[in-house]
Amino acid sequence: MSLLTAPRSAKAKPEETRSASEIRADKRRGRVGYLLILPGFIFMLLFFVLPVFSLLATSLYTKPPGADIGQFVPALQFSNYAAVLGSYWPELVRSFAFALIATVAALAIGYPMAYLVAVRLRGRKLLQGILLVLIIAPFFTSFILRTQAWKQILADEGPVVAVLRAMALLPEDGRLTATAFAVVCGLTYNFLPFMTLPIYANLERLDTRLIEAGGDLYANSFTTFRTVTLPLSMPGVIAGTLLTFIPASGDYINAALLGNNQNTTMIGQVIDSRFFRVVDYPGASALSFVLMLAILFLVILYVRRFGTKELL
Amino acid sequence: MTMVQTKPESPNTDADDQGADLRLAAITKRFGGFLAVDNLDLEIPAASFFALLGPSGCGKTTTLRMIAGLEQPTSGSMSIGGKDITGTSAHERPVNTVFQNYALFPHMSVLDNVAFGLKRRKIRDHQAKAKQALELVELGHLSARRPAQLSGGQQQRVALARAIVNEPALLLLDEPLGALDMKLRRQMQGELKRIQTDIGLTFVHVTHDQEEAMTMADTVAVMNQGQVEQLGAPRELYELPRTAFVANFLGKSNLVAGEIIEDRGDAVVISAGGNRLAVRKDRSTTHQGKALIGIRPEKLRMMWPADAPADGSNILRGRVLDSSFTGVSTEYLVEVAGIGPVGVFSQNHGQQLAAPGDDVVLTWDTAHAFGLDGDEDTQAGAREAEAAAT
Ligand SMILES: Nc1ncnc2c1ncn2[C@@H]1O[C@H](COP(=O)(O)OP(=O)(O)O)[C@@H](O)[C@H]1O
Ligand SMILES: [Mg+2]
Repeated sequence: MSLLTAPRSAKAKPEETRSASEIRADKRRGRVGYLLILPGFIFMLLFFVLPVFSLLATSLYTKPPGADIGQFVPALQFSNYAAVLGSYWPELVRSFAFALIATVAALAIGYPMAYLVAVRLRGRKLLQGILLVLIIAPFFTSFILRTQAWKQILADEGPVVAVLRAMALLPEDGRLTATAFAVVCGLTYNFLPFMTLPIYANLERLDTRLIEAGGDLYANSFTTFRTVTLPLSMPGVIAGTLLTFIPASGDYINAALLGNNQNTTMIGQVIDSRFFRVVDYPGASALSFVLMLAILFLVILYVRRFGTKELL
Repeated sequence: MTMVQTKPESPNTDADDQGADLRLAAITKRFGGFLAVDNLDLEIPAASFFALLGPSGCGKTTTLRMIAGLEQPTSGSMSIGGKDITGTSAHERPVNTVFQNYALFPHMSVLDNVAFGLKRRKIRDHQAKAKQALELVELGHLSARRPAQLSGGQQQRVALARAIVNEPALLLLDEPLGALDMKLRRQMQGELKRIQTDIGLTFVHVTHDQEEAMTMADTVAVMNQGQVEQLGAPRELYELPRTAFVANFLGKSNLVAGEIIEDRGDAVVISAGGNRLAVRKDRSTTHQGKALIGIRPEKLRMMWPADAPADGSNILRGRVLDSSFTGVSTEYLVEVAGIGPVGVFSQNHGQQLAAPGDDVVLTWDTAHAFGLDGDEDTQAGAREAEAAAT
């Protein structure tokens, strides 16, 4: 036994036998590491941490009596929060509801797409490449342009409405634009690549022999999917749903272009109008901050429930 | 081995599993234009340890995958216990596989891996049964671990437990020991054999290692280019190969081409390079015209010219080209005029060893020679055997 262990223990050097030069080399490596993260650190400090504090401070400003439009003074007016929450909680709830529906829809569309490309077409590089380009292609045109295009597609005179009306799936005077349906469609469409790509990246690494092992062990294809493929692809699903849900809940373009001004208003639109039209900086800041905290809270809940160790 | 004795809800109730023979009839598999398995007929009796032996690329895995239902044959049919299973999918077959890379589910504990098949078939006490199977492979204490936390040898045992816990009619093992180091491999060979004998399942074991096949299996099928060259008990295959490929792939052989010149009734005499070599008719696939005669190196006796019989059959005179002493035996290469180099294994009885350049005489019992078709390539299978050994 001692014969076997002797060379091994010689290899693993105990701390006290390490030479001074080795320790110096270790320290140097440590310093290089810190230097490398410095740019990112400075960036985050300047463009994330400071703005967040500025936002927090602004959200507590107050308007002195007789001040001009857009004139506020620093204060600790916490009632700003109560005020905006009292007025705009429906928009906040609606934002999360729309984002949730869009996320579920994007998952339902994106997962099969990712599975097709990553698993079913494995080994067929050309076809995989073409389909991946098609998934990413919408990014080549502007977000606003694409949303505008959806407005045309779903328009009252457009082909979709005509077909739906003809099939009696939509009443004669029914419409798609300026409805909640259109907003959710827009959100789903616009964030679909964010859902599909992380799932694809995950499924691409899936060992298909595990699927065969499932079949070999009496699981039909659905059970194999439920017990093997899906649990193994959860990191991709979590990443995809977060990348869809978070921007979708703060989005205002889709609601602005595809919605109406009554029952589809999302919190992003409210913040936009508070900032740029009403010029209510504290209110807009308070809403932004609430939105941020609410998303953070929901995300933590979600990741703790479904997440893997890799994410938390 | 309590786990198999109590089998009230045995998985494959309709096929009386312990008595289920596997039968492949004219199975062919093509990948595009490539013929991977060629019109294969095979019958594997229940409760036997059957080895499918052949060089890499000969179609072993493909055959196994077709039996498992992971691949469908291009043509042909197969049945288990008389019940046709052609065209059914993997999860419908009473067959389990120990995969070449183990294919353990990384997101499940070892115990959940083993219980997987039982749960799918809604077997009661699946946890207890899985635990028992893990104990059978001596891994009961690691049931809570994830596969990634186990060594290769341990993963291999989990894969085995995950398969045998289902008490399949047929257990398929695809080079299950290929990833293990030599010492562990020998140990697992013994263990696999013990488990097979204990639980009495039918094992179909794929390997390219002839020693592994011969030590473990009751029946070995030697495969080459999608076809079974020869099938039989290990001893039978070794002592009486029927093709040059088997003679060279399974152990070593000296194959000498010649012409049959005399029929002695129970034997024929082959003339090769001016020598008369006899082979029994019941040990030869051909009785006239061109033929190959084969003799295993250890069946050759080497003597000094002074001690040799004067004249007759089965005598080869030559000169030692090369010798290597391994302790138990010495391997010689002897150049025989008109025939070429002949390999000889000479056991160490304490005799005087020959050195390169010495003149020697080789002789053997007629009962040890075998005859093959004269059209065969004397080197068939030799390169494959070398590749498989490395
Ligand atoms: N899915 C496949 N597509 C194309 N050719 C294949 C496929 N699977 C196996 N083959 C070919 O079939 C032959 C037999 O393969 P295989 O059964 O894996 O051999 P073995 O297990 O004996 O090494 C090989 O030449 C291999 O390249
Ligand atoms: Mg193989």
